[in-house]
Amino acid sequence: MSRKQKIMLCRILTAGGLLILLHFIPAEGLLRFFLYLIPYGIIGWDILKKAGKGILRGQVLDENLLMAVATLGALVIGLTKTGDYTEAVAVMLFYQIGELFQSYAVGKSRRNIAALMDIRPDYANVELDGKPVRTDPDEVPVGSVLLLQPGEKVPIDGVVLEGRSSVDTSALTGESVPREVQPGDEIISGCINMSGVLRMRTTREFGDSTASRILDLVENASSRKSRSENFISRFARWYTPAVVIGACLLGLLPPLVSLALGRASEWAEWGYRALTFLVISCPCALVVSIPLSFFAGLGGAGRAGVLIKGSNYLEALSKAEAVVFDKTGTLTRGVFEVAGIHHSTLEDQRLLEIAAHAECASSHPIAVSIRRAWGKEIDRGRVTEIEEIGGNGILARVDGRRIAAGNERLMTQQGISFIPCHHTGTIVHLAVDGQYAGHIVIDDTLKPESAGAVTALRKAGVRRIVMLTGDRRAAAERVASQLGIEEIHSDLLPQDKVAKVEELLGQKSPKGVLVFVGDGINDAPVLTRADVGIAMGALGSDAAIEAADVVLMDDNPMQIAKAVRIARKCLAIVYENIVFAIGVKAVCLILGAAGVANMWLAIFADVGVMILAVLNAIRALFVSKL
Amino acid sequence: MKKTYRIEVDCANCANRMEAAAGKVPGIRSASVNFMTQKMNVEFEEGADPSAVMKQVAAACKKVEDDCVVYL
Repeated sequence: MSRKQKIMLCRILTAGGLLILLHFIPAEGLLRFFLYLIPYGIIGWDILKKAGKGILRGQVLDENLLMAVATLGALVIGLTKTGDYTEAVAVMLFYQIGELFQSYAVGKSRRNIAALMDIRPDYANVELDGKPVRTDPDEVPVGSVLLLQPGEKVPIDGVVLEGRSSVDTSALTGESVPREVQPGDEIISGCINMSGVLRMRTTREFGDSTASRILDLVENASSRKSRSENFISRFARWYTPAVVIGACLLGLLPPLVSLALGRASEWAEWGYRALTFLVISCPCALVVSIPLSFFAGLGGAGRAGVLIKGSNYLEALSKAEAVVFDKTGTLTRGVFEVAGIHHSTLEDQRLLEIAAHAECASSHPIAVSIRRAWGKEIDRGRVTEIEEIGGNGILARVDGRRIAAGNERLMTQQGISFIPCHHTGTIVHLAVDGQYAGHIVIDDTLKPESAGAVTALRKAGVRRIVMLTGDRRAAAERVASQLGIEEIHSDLLPQDKVAKVEELLGQKSPKGVLVFVGDGINDAPVLTRADVGIAMGALGSDAAIEAADVVLMDDNPMQIAKAVRIARKCLAIVYENIVFAIGVKAVCLILGAAGVANMWLAIFADVGVMILAVLNAIRALFVSKL
Repeated sequence: MKKTYRIEVDCANCANRMEAAAGKVPGIRSASVNFMTQKMNVEFEEGADPSAVMKQVAAACKKVEDDCVVYL
């Protein structure tokens, strides 16, 4: 609790105690009135002061003035008629309790969420002459050598030079299993070094490092407001004046009408009802709980590794009707791997060894993936007479034997009969001394979670799932059937994807939202064009973080369904609060006008609704079980 | 030009009123107040002097809500 809040708590306790005490003091008349003024003054002086200032500045409709008018009115009625002053003091008291609770709850959840995203490093230990020097991360130039003790945060993105350790990436990815690092591995800022001492060299400035970029994104998230929030702002703007006008009419019209009809005017009774109206006039429950729900939702999502750039996107995500995947890098790993070896006349490992050696000089992704699959040191001395046949493959001598490795055209050119492959992906045929030796299939493999992710999305209520790919029709269909996706658009060049997404945007229902999921590489225009653009595994890709509306820090496609569920839960809470708060207020206004509800009920409704709405809003923070 | 300022405000409705007041100050293209992060994001008109404009914004906010502070 801050100092301000503690003082308020003392005032509330004192005034409350005095109110109970006065209940047992049998004072009458003016003495009674003045005695009750003591707790009223203690609890309400600042409201009266603010109300006075408000009048001087022409701010007539702020809730301070309304509370002041309502309670002073109740005191006057007490003085002239009923002799009951408890009501006026109690209304002020509960109003202050409500305000205190609101400021406490909001402050608390703000700190909670800030702590969840606590990835800002405070210092960096720069190595100077072999000794660590504590430096402000902002002042560390690129290429500096840093020392990391166990338990310290990685302050700046870089590469490990020395040492082995496991790093905790959970603050960034939501992934709880630590990642092992060794010399040569990249290490990103915001992770926590857990077990060993590491020496690293920075590859970026602090401002461009992952942690800074993520913090930037999170801190600016809630400046983009959702339609619900804008609705509440507009609602609050007309609600208070409307209730005040209603109160005036209620206080004046019925007595005047009675007077005109020659009946008793009952000014006090109608005045009391009008004052009850004023007590209900504060739209606080709505105004505080809706932004709080979104804030908690964004915070909870961030904790789960889903960075959402604004509450408008959270709202849009909750209405997700179609999800369009760009296959590469989202459903598949986006890296080429050896997926199989077929019709090999040699041992598979032997075939790989030959292929890896023949391709030893090439930097082509296919060659790289074959060398990676072989996995052992390449002895270049075994390879001679390397000749690259542009676009078709390679001829070389490995251990003195003539090797041809390449596509069907190379085989035909060399006059070697080969067995065509019916699998998807790129095929590398191999021949040893003019004899066909089999082929290697290289493909972008599916992520193990992809099929589950598609099912989870369907379960979360996404009606249409579409896959876009540059693959040939047959290959695309095979992948789609493995994943359970019915709608595919194949043979697309990168530039066709925007047009395709625009076509799909035209087909959705007016309120539905189209979500595009890409890996953030070369798909910035599509990410921007879709209603919501999700970039996957975007740690380290600046363009994707720029263009996307939602950034998944880890590249598990299950996170997309999770993001949708988080959004649905958050919006459900928002609607609950809107309906609940407006509903209770409306009922109280009707009961108040009819004279059934007194001021007690009005203030209980006001404060009670606010407390419940705030507690409900905080629920949006808990997303780990979704 | 966009800038972010730290603010201090106690109630959510007051934050709404600050936002409306700040938006009406000459030199401000748009202003949004974030009650949760206690921040004001301001977009200035072309050629406006941020420090002069922000003084007016602080005064305008003070007028609608006595209890608020804008840290310039």
